[in-house]
Amino acid sequence: MRISRPSRAVLVLSVIATLVFLYVPLLVVARLSFNTGKSLSWPPKGWTLDWWRKAWATASPKEALWHSVQVALAATAIALVLGTLAAFAMQRYEFLGRQTISFLMVLPIALPGIVTAVALQNSFSRRIDLGLFSFRIGFGFHSLVIAHATFCIVVAYNNVVARLRRSSPNLLQASADLGAHGMQTFRLVTFPLVRSAVLAGAILAFALSFDEIVVTTFTAGAGFETLPQWIFTRIGRANDVPLVNVMATFVMVVSIPLAWLAQRLTESGPD
Amino acid sequence: MGQRLDEAARLSYDEAVLPGAPTPGPRAGARLSRAFTRRWLALGSLLTPPVAWLVVIYIGSLLALVAVAFFRLDGRTQRPTTSPTLDNLRQAFTVGTYLRVVGQSVLAAVAVTLLSAMIAVPVTFCVARILPRWMRRGVVVAFLLPLWAGYLVKAYAWKAMLRQGSKFGVDKAGGFLESTFGWSPGFGWLAVILSLTYLWLPYMLLPVYTGMERLPNSLIEASGDLGAKPWRTFRDVALPVLLPSIAAGSIFTFSLSLGDYIIPAVVTERKVLMIGNLVERTLLAPNQPLAAAFTLWPLLIIVAYLLAMRAAGAFENV
Repeated sequence: MRISRPSRAVLVLSVIATLVFLYVPLLVVARLSFNTGKSLSWPPKGWTLDWWRKAWATASPKEALWHSVQVALAATAIALVLGTLAAFAMQRYEFLGRQTISFLMVLPIALPGIVTAVALQNSFSRRIDLGLFSFRIGFGFHSLVIAHATFCIVVAYNNVVARLRRSSPNLLQASADLGAHGMQTFRLVTFPLVRSAVLAGAILAFALSFDEIVVTTFTAGAGFETLPQWIFTRIGRANDVPLVNVMATFVMVVSIPLAWLAQRLTESGPD
Repeated sequence: MGQRLDEAARLSYDEAVLPGAPTPGPRAGARLSRAFTRRWLALGSLLTPPVAWLVVIYIGSLLALVAVAFFRLDGRTQRPTTSPTLDNLRQAFTVGTYLRVVGQSVLAAVAVTLLSAMIAVPVTFCVARILPRWMRRGVVVAFLLPLWAGYLVKAYAWKAMLRQGSKFGVDKAGGFLESTFGWSPGFGWLAVILSLTYLWLPYMLLPVYTGMERLPNSLIEASGDLGAKPWRTFRDVALPVLLPSIAAGSIFTFSLSLGDYIIPAVVTERKVLMIGNLVERTLLAPNQPLAAAFTLWPLLIIVAYLLAMRAAGAFENV
């Protein structure tokens, strides 16, 4: 198809405009974290490192950050195991209900956070009676880990399943032809094949959990605050604007390179 | 889809059968059934942990939530009782104020989806067909990275962007938009739609880009050769092929927008109410049964939407 020069220019401009649209808000927040002024108004007044120093010296954001890291690590570990298992099952076997299971995997991220949040809050707060014994999950570190793992499974799953789908089954066949038994094939062929995809899934699951706010708000107990919660409770307070800017920028600076790394790993293919 | 690795699964099965194959008899039959058992054991042990986790914790909680909507609230303890009632549903599904919030949320989600599609189609067309090959991956990655910048951080960023100056107070200056372009939509529905489009646009860009890449060049060429103008080619040739990709993207833009409550809370400082805010407010009231009844709205709308999109072929693309 021949596209005239002016339409070409308009299209290229639309790409540039989209990139500007996507990045300017993030840059604005990053710039404001170095602002000598204390509000969100633009243009900023001057440059300072004061707020970064102050954030470094304040205990509560660091504590919240540490909580976020702990939750994200634990949730990622669970999600990785479950997601990888599911990916292998779905890719290797044909069975009734396959469609339903892939639907089930997507549900926790396709349904709005608030639905997941209220549903989990409800069941964590109840006493569950199993006849022989009854228990209540309650709220705290563990409830956050359970909740986060639930919606991180799909991330790990997607990465591994995509890799398996792209890789040739001939490799497994060749391995068997050369006399490797099941465990050897797994160790020498399958695992190296999916290793970088598992790692990419882990990074993305970590990033997803690290940023999450909706489900977190409803499933964290009192006294356990993650970094997004720390930001959320301070967003409306005029006095906290500079520190919120710093921590928001910090989240970006941590998450975006992680996502980029995951992207590289996904692309790199079997190593 | 699963055929390729399924061959690999069949391999272990062949291996179990072949050694005894020349003499089909009871021995081979036993081997065969053993292979079947092994296959099911392997599948079961792979699939049980993740499926059990999702079904028990997630589906279980969703069903329990639906159930709560059918129970009366104990006014004194403010906890759900065990006496059944349809009052919560009646309220959530008939009271005009609530219906308006639901209607507005749906409209906002539709607006976000249309806006995202309208941005994604020309932009991904340009990336996939006009930009030089070496730039493509980089631009697509650049589209996707902001997804991971933190949901709350992005909501907060839009608060900073949209802020309007005031004549009073210590701080009279406006935010980025107002001081750069002299105008900001302020903190209303327009702000909500703009911020939500910002949040979920990458989810539309990715599948549409994939669809664009798959669009056969010959199809476009043929249409041009037969005398169709670019617009006609787009409408009658490209768009039908792209539709499943757009549907795949719309799943995220639509459902994530519909249930959002952070954007109205953070960006508009709760001046705008969406279904999510209704749920949050009611839950904190605390009226858990009514909040549960409200969550049925997004649940029903989104499940219906997912089914419709599956019919449109969206799931073959994600």
